Formats: sequence, C-alpha cells, structure tokens
Amino acid sequence: MAISALLQSAPLQSVRRIGAILLKELTQLRRDRTTLGMVIMIPLIQLVLFGYAINTNVRDIPVALVDQANSGISRVLAQTVQATQVVRFTEQHPDIPSARDAITEGRVRAALIIPADLSQRVARSGSVGAGLETPPASDVQTSRPVAQWIVDGSDTIIASAIKGLRAMPLTELLRRPANRNTPTFAVALLFNPEQRTAINIVPGLIGIILTMTMVMFTSAAIVREAERGNMEMLINTPVRPLELMLGKIVPYIAIGIIQTAIILLLGHLIFGVPLTGSLAALAVTTLAFIGASLALGLVLSTIATSQLQAMQMTVFILLPSILLSGFMFPYEGMPALAQYIAEVLPATHFMRTIRAVMLREASLEDVAEDTLWLLGFMLIGLLVASLRFKKRLD
Amino acid sequence: MTEPVIEARGLTRRFGELTAVDALDLSVAPQTIYGFLGPNGCGKTTTVRMLTGLLTPSAGEVTVLGHALPRDAERLKRQIGYMTQRFSLYDDLSVSENLRFVAEIYGLGRRAARRRIDALLATYALEPMRHRRAGQMSGGQRQRLALAAATLHSPSLLFLDEPTSAVDPENRRDFWERLFDLVEGGATILVSTHYMDEAERCHRLAIMERGHKRADGSPAELMAAMGARVVEVEGRDLRRLKPQITRLPEVISAAQLGSRLRVLVRDRVADPVAWLQAQALDPSPTRLTQVRPSLEDVFVTSTGRRIEASADDGREGRTGSGPGSSGPKGSGLTGSSPGGSSSGGCGPDGSSPDGSGSSKNDHAGNGKPSTLASATPAVRDD
Repeated sequence: MAISALLQSAPLQSVRRIGAILLKELTQLRRDRTTLGMVIMIPLIQLVLFGYAINTNVRDIPVALVDQANSGISRVLAQTVQATQVVRFTEQHPDIPSARDAITEGRVRAALIIPADLSQRVARSGSVGAGLETPPASDVQTSRPVAQWIVDGSDTIIASAIKGLRAMPLTELLRRPANRNTPTFAVALLFNPEQRTAINIVPGLIGIILTMTMVMFTSAAIVREAERGNMEMLINTPVRPLELMLGKIVPYIAIGIIQTAIILLLGHLIFGVPLTGSLAALAVTTLAFIGASLALGLVLSTIATSQLQAMQMTVFILLPSILLSGFMFPYEGMPALAQYIAEVLPATHFMRTIRAVMLREASLEDVAEDTLWLLGFMLIGLLVASLRFKKRLD
Repeated sequence: MTEPVIEARGLTRRFGELTAVDALDLSVAPQTIYGFLGPNGCGKTTTVRMLTGLLTPSAGEVTVLGHALPRDAERLKRQIGYMTQRFSLYDDLSVSENLRFVAEIYGLGRRAARRRIDALLATYALEPMRHRRAGQMSGGQRQRLALAAATLHSPSLLFLDEPTSAVDPENRRDFWERLFDLVEGGATILVSTHYMDEAERCHRLAIMERGHKRADGSPAELMAAMGARVVEVEGRDLRRLKPQITRLPEVISAAQLGSRLRVLVRDRVADPVAWLQAQALDPSPTRLTQVRPSLEDVFVTSTGRRIEASADDGREGRTGSGPGSSGPKGSGLTGSSPGGSSSGGCGPDGSSPDGSGSSKNDHAGNGKPSTLASATPAVRDD
C-alpha cells in the first residue's frame, strides 16, 4: 500500500483527481436538462431579442398634433414631418393644454403645435432659406420657426431624436430645393458607417451573456455540493481545494466557447456583424474573459451559503456589468467613481477587447493590456477561491 | 496491536454558547466496533466530525491512527473512511459512476479500481443496479452504496454516523454482518447510533448525553454495572400505576411496554420485587418479576443519574418528567425489548449475534435474576 503510493507520482495523482471532478461535473451537467437547455437558449434568445430590441435609432415616436392653422400648408407640413419616420401622429388636439395632458398621461411623447399664422411664417422663412435654423438671421421676423414642438424631455433619447428634427429641410413645403449649407465639421464614420446599433450590441452581448451564465454556473458550483450534502464526503477525501476548483471550471470553459460560437454565428447571419479581427485574438481574449468570470463565480460560491444567495450575488455582479461596462452607455461618459468601479469588473475589460477585435480589426497586441488584466483576474480569483475553501466544517 | 486507534483527551467543541461535546475522553482499540449511543443532538455527529478532522476541537487532544489532529488531518484522510449521516454521494450519478469517482479521487489505479469496484458491488449486492442512479435507489441500497464508497480505498478506520437510520430492520442486520466482516479484515469501526439493538452489537460503547459521555464499556459490562435492578410489573390500569411508582425515590424510571411496566429500582434495594410489593400501590400489581437489564435500562440509568445530579446544581430545569423521556428510540421494529439474548450482544471476542437472538427470544430472559456481577462500575457518576 505504502509502496504503491510512492510509485504513483503526486502531480499525476493531482491531474487524475482534477479529471475525476471534471468527468463528474460533465456527467451531472449532461443529466441536468434544464441547465443544458439554458446553455443554448440563453445566448440564442438574448441575442435575437436584444439584437433587434436594443436600438438607439429611435423611430415612430407617438406624438400629438395641434393644428391651429388647419390649412393645406399645415397638412403638408404634418405629412412631411411624419415622412421622416421619426414620429407618428397618433392623435389630434384642438388646443395646447389638451396636448399637454396627453403628454402627461404618457399617451404621446411630444406634440407639434402648428400656429395659426403658419402661412406667413413659411412665406418669410422661404424667402431666406429652407432649413429652419439657416441662415443666421439678422431679423427676428425672418428667423421665426414655422412651428413648435413640446416634448417630454425626461427621456433624453426621445428628446434628442425630436431635437434632430429642428433642422429638417422643408423642400416639399416650399417647392424649392433645400439650401445646402457648409457644415463646420466633416464626419467620417469608421467601422459602422450605417450606424446600426446591432453592430455595437452583438459583441457586447457576448460579454453580458458570458458574465451571466459563467458566474451563475460556478457561483452555484461549490455551494451546491454543500446544499446537496456531498461536501461532507468530498472534504473527507484527499482532494485539494485547487484541484476541486479547476475540475469545476473546465467544463464551463467549453460551455462558454459554445455560447460564444452561437452568438458570433447568429450575429453574423442575422445582424451582419462583421468579424474583421484575428481569430486568434478573439479566442485568447474570450478565453481570458471566460476564465475570469468563472473564477469570480467560484469566489462567490465560497462566500454564499446557499444556491439562492449565490444567485443573488450573481445579479449583484450582472447589473453593473450591463450598466457600467460600456455595454449600454459609453464608459467615457461616466463619472470617475463609476469608472473605477467599472474597472474592477471583468466585463468592462472584455467590452473593450471584444469590440476592438471584432469591429476595429485590432490585433492581440492592441488588446494585450486588457487581456492580461483578465488573465490576472482569473489567477487571483482561483487563488482566493482555493484559499477560502476550507476542508473543514467550522 | 494494543495501541489504541483513537485516543482523545478532554475533547471539547463549543458552538457559541452551546457546548456540543464536553471534555470527552475516548480510547478505541483496533479491530473493534465502538459505538456512540445517544439521542439526537447529544454530540455524536460533532464527535465523529472532530475525529475525522472536519471540525477543529475547541479544546482537548486527539490522536487518530497516530496522527495528531487537527494538524495532520490531511494525511489522515487517506486512511479513514467516513459514511455520513445524510447520503453524501451524488444522486444524479449511477452506482458505478459514484464508485469510479471515489476510486479516482483516492488514486486507485485503473485496473485496481475496476477489480475493487466489482468486488464491492458483489459484496454489497449492488451488481444488478450497477447503472441505476443513486437518487432512484431505496434507503437500504443507498446505504450499501455509501458503505461501499467509504470502504473503497480499504481504510483501516471507518466512521459511520447513524448508518442505519433510513434502513429497515432486515437490511440493518445484513449491514451489521458486513461490518463484522470488515472488522475481521482488520478494520476498526466507530459507529454512532440511537438504536439500542445496534448499540448492543458493538464490542464497546459510550453512552452520550448532551455532550457528555455518561458511561463507557462493553454492553455486558454496562448492564452488569448499571446500579439498578429491573422489575417488570404486570397488572390492571398501568397508566394509573405508573405515576405512583415513578414517585418513589428508589425508582429511577418506569416505562410501559405493552401490558407491562418496566421499572428501574436502585440497587441499594436488595430485593426490588419484595420492596415493590411492600409499597402501597393502587391497584396492586398482579405480578412482579425481576428481569435481566437491557441496554435501554443502562441508558436510562446512566443518563437519569446525571439529570438528578445537575438538577441539584440548578443548572438544568428539566424535572418531573421521566429521565428517559428524551431518550433514544427503542429498538425499532426488531423487538419490543432488546437485551433478551443471553449473550448480551457481541462480546469482545467478535462473536456476532445473528440478529435473531435479540428479537425472537425476547421473553426468554424474563424471570431470570439479573447477573449483577461485582464488576467495577463503569458508569461515570459526576
């Protein structure tokens, strides 16, 4: 017994123990239909849902019309505005107060008020230019806008969409070609010239979906053994904490890769998201992020005392990962404190690397800093989880 | 082989205010089955966990298989097997998958593991359900699987924490047969239980109550030295009779067993039958017989004594109710009263009762005067 123990080398034993845990996890996972279904369905549904749903290019905002002119020209103006597809007139009101009420009640987000003297305003405006803001007017009379919007300004995205209408050309109305102005700046849009939101959202979704599934799976991994009563057996065996952690992590790396592949493939097929950067860079940075998320989940798992707590902690991580990582709102626009918090989240670093690699043809060197940060996070996470995991019950 | 396998001195474990195990001294000889007998919450599981290195003792010294705990807990783990109170293998893995997992964790070679698992499946009659998931098996099957897993790496010391609580009596008997086989093969077993018939099969046992060890010895020794005699009272209206008898200062307890009252009388009463007859009882019993004490009687005596002693200190408020009221369950379904077998469980020679002795001959010992040998009292009186 003692001799055979000496003959079997310690590292080999260690690898075999990791293998045993890995195989056990895989077998359990294979039999857990619900979890397995989630592995496939979460990226599938979320990608399709968010890919279509999250759209910062606002269209068809319901608005009210208060047409005090009630003339042919006012009807043409309303039609021209609706033709932009930014707004859709859903109701008409005789006066401003009732239109305001409609905004207050939330039936419409804005109201277009066409004044009774529309024809005079158009006539003056037409004499100087087509756009409402051009040219710089020396005369208050000539620079008067033709109509007014009152907007529910609490939603900034709606407000800026309607503000975008301020300078809309009135070619139809004036039966004259628009007055082309020289812009102050020329803007060339790289990487996403059509300004499709999905191009930016889909790579980010990889980060969000991986954060959710990876942290969720591993945050339950250790605490589940305790809850099901397996832990008392497990800690009585010669298995070492780090071996346990590694054995638990590896199956989920495979799951993370499957999920990434699903999102990339569907993102390309459905939303035409390009994959311009190197595949090697994509693989390395994604693996680093999967590892970091799994390690984070393991740390949570050593803190939580029940699977429910583990789930709550996952949500606690997930929300800032969605809101602060740059997935929804630009990182640069956040106050310094929020940026510091965001820096701690693996998702923030991954948002940068994945978008750089997928959309901006970045190479591995370009994203080395964030990738190394993710790898470091994974190692520290594994270490902390292993140190926190005690083979004792007290 | 005289060196004890487990040696503990002043083993104590506190959980905040609660002292779960209080200054426990323990010495377990090799190749024996040592039992912890006590009600739920008496500190059995805590003790087992300290002895396996899972819990750090608050005070005291423990040496298990020559390893000082908790320092050498990791090295000890390869040499011990532990069958937990709650089934702790994986419900969603099959029998053979569970065993293969354990074999890999303990580093058995592939071929050795396969041989060992085949042997265990045969020994524990699990071969037909090799591919059945553990979660779909009966209590007895799960328990056999748990024992197979706990013994897979051939440990020299086996801890079993209430191994038969989810098992029917017949399976329990088979289970104990396997335990004696293991002892025959050189293993030492420490088992905790709240079943009297199970305790009686141990070579030696400790009676635990509220973290204290109340008594320690072989079942026969404990019965001989319990300091009380047992009288069975038959008569009408036993429910009315019982409080009258319990009120007598010489009586430790009275428990009804069907149409009889089992009365424990202090051994300072030389002839308990005559003494009881002399009491003014209404209605007077029709028949009084002195019988052999059982392990349950030992339990009641040794724990009851403690309650009296501490009630004087005013530390424990439990008075009035019979001392055995929170005592362990009876012997389950195997027999109304254990201790009927003349051998009094298995002796230190390892001869095991075949299971029928403790139940079928239940009444054989009735009327026989108890063998009150002049053994040194092993019951601790603190």
